[in-house]
Amino acid sequence: MNDSAAAGGGATLSPPPASAPSISVRGLSKNYGDIEAVRGIDFEVSPGEIFGFLGPNGAGKSTTISMLCTLVKPTAGTATVAGFDVDSERDTVRRNIGLVFQDTTLDTYLTAEQNMRLHAELYGVPRELIAPRMRQVLEMVGLWERRASAVATYSGGMKRRLEIARGLMHSPRVLFLDEPTVGLDPQTRSSIWTYIRELKGSEDITIFLTTHYMDEAEYCDRIAIMDKGVIVVLDTPSALKASVGRDRVMLQTDDDAAAIAEIEARFGLTATVSEGSVTLGVSEGELFVPRLFAELTVPIRSVSVSRPSLDDVFMSYTGTTIRDAEATSLDRNRATVNAFRRRS
Amino acid sequence: MAATTTDPAAAPVHLPPAAVHVPPGSIHGDLRAVKIVWEREMIRFTKDRLRIVTALVQPILFLFVLGSGLSHLASHGTHGVDLRTFVYPGVLCMAVLFTAMFSAASIVWDREFGFLREMMVAPVRRSSLVLGKCLGGATVASVQGVIVIALAGLVGVPYAPVLLIEVFALQLTLAFAITAFGVMVAARINQIQSFMAITQMVMMPMYFLSGAIFPVSGLPAWLTVLNRLDPMTYAVDPMRRVVFDHLHISAAARRALDPGLTWWGWRVPSLVEVAVVAAIGLVCLAIGVVEFNGRE
Repeated sequence: MNDSAAAGGGATLSPPPASAPSISVRGLSKNYGDIEAVRGIDFEVSPGEIFGFLGPNGAGKSTTISMLCTLVKPTAGTATVAGFDVDSERDTVRRNIGLVFQDTTLDTYLTAEQNMRLHAELYGVPRELIAPRMRQVLEMVGLWERRASAVATYSGGMKRRLEIARGLMHSPRVLFLDEPTVGLDPQTRSSIWTYIRELKGSEDITIFLTTHYMDEAEYCDRIAIMDKGVIVVLDTPSALKASVGRDRVMLQTDDDAAAIAEIEARFGLTATVSEGSVTLGVSEGELFVPRLFAELTVPIRSVSVSRPSLDDVFMSYTGTTIRDAEATSLDRNRATVNAFRRRS
Repeated sequence: MAATTTDPAAAPVHLPPAAVHVPPGSIHGDLRAVKIVWEREMIRFTKDRLRIVTALVQPILFLFVLGSGLSHLASHGTHGVDLRTFVYPGVLCMAVLFTAMFSAASIVWDREFGFLREMMVAPVRRSSLVLGKCLGGATVASVQGVIVIALAGLVGVPYAPVLLIEVFALQLTLAFAITAFGVMVAARINQIQSFMAITQMVMMPMYFLSGAIFPVSGLPAWLTVLNRLDPMTYAVDPMRRVVFDHLHISAAARRALDPGLTWWGWRVPSLVEVAVVAAIGLVCLAIGVVEFNGRE
């Protein structure tokens, strides 16, 4: 009836100042009966960030994202998304967020275009903007040409891209992606990430995602590692890796024994032979290599520097590998999932 | 589906980031939700041709197989009226019954396949989603009913415009009530098998007790009670009255075959009967809305 006037909105609906966090979480907890799925977490996400929630299955990632998306009521604590409280301003939060769930929520009998239009109507996108916006987001994910095909004919990767496009249809302030690449082959996973990274340039949007793939966390601006319902650490991927400490320098030399002795004498560092290479740990690998060349008399044939991986980070903060953590949390996870299913 | 005046394919679009400002919740927004949920039912119905055919199997069996097969046995009691003509009003109701229930079943289907979530998280009232669904189910079922209306000539019922309109209005009301009932049940059920089992358990007794295949007077007391309690009864009786109003049959035949529904000897008027059906539909709708509101 009166879209333009309504879009002006009341005072409570104007977007928060740009400096305000996109997501702000204080003491957020969720219990399912005796199970403490999330145990009082705090964090903030800045506008424009790609923020990753990393952890094994059952760590509480999905419960957290569900609370932020207003799908699950917190047991305790508060959270605001795009400046609105997830509990008391539920519908306003929903209008300002895009959601892509782990499991598909497309109507596969309909075409991509029909799914998009259905979403636009449900979210009240002004009529005159539906067609241009649909084209914009479908082109962004490379599905414009296939818009008239039934979704049932789409591959897994195409469905996921369509869901991302649909989540963007109403220009949300924050896009939530719950395990956006789970169940996809590696090539498709990397193409999904290309689209997610491109979003940062084309949309004024904050992206909050969960993943249990360590390698994907590298794409995020900041990462929170979650385990057993708490955030164990939160930082940029490089800072996290730096905090684990040392880069690994591996050398091929003409005389390994002499090289080890010389490294010990000149730098006071202990090197060992590992996998056929002289291996040592240093805090900043790139800075160490020039000194190595300048001071070592033994001829060096090759050198490589590797940074600690996020697997190492997870290991160092939780004392277990992500696979082991998943194995032990399986039962707890099942209980959480069942508790969640009963509610949704 | 996109009924826009501008051709979206005409030129590439460069909307600035976040160009779409979604207005706050309003009646208008809820009406759009009702309309799009209704529209989705229509799209899915037109795409599913098999469903249109299968939903007709049962009414046609009742009309032509049961109606023709039993006509010899029944010829004494029907005062010369074709048994198929007698069961036709019941079949008009039946056509709507199964299709409407099937529409409601798609909610359980949508839940199993995830799409329900897309609707449940939308920033609109749940009541508009439920209402859209019920109106969609009612429309689809009525379209199905129209096919059975078209068979009227084959069983000796004239194609009188007033008759057709009245039958259609009755079907629409019944279809709405049945869909609302189905939606109310579907709100609590997560598996399509369970839903089908429950609806079968409810629908067949509802149909058999309704008087769709027998006149509702002179029944044993227990059957009379069950008949009066069956909501379907209040759709079948006015349907039969409407159809029989347009037949040229003896007064004795009319009395025997269309005795009319009574409450403690009071002949219940058609409008009251229709009101009963509509009221049951509205109550189910209200319960359905409450159920869906309670789900996160």
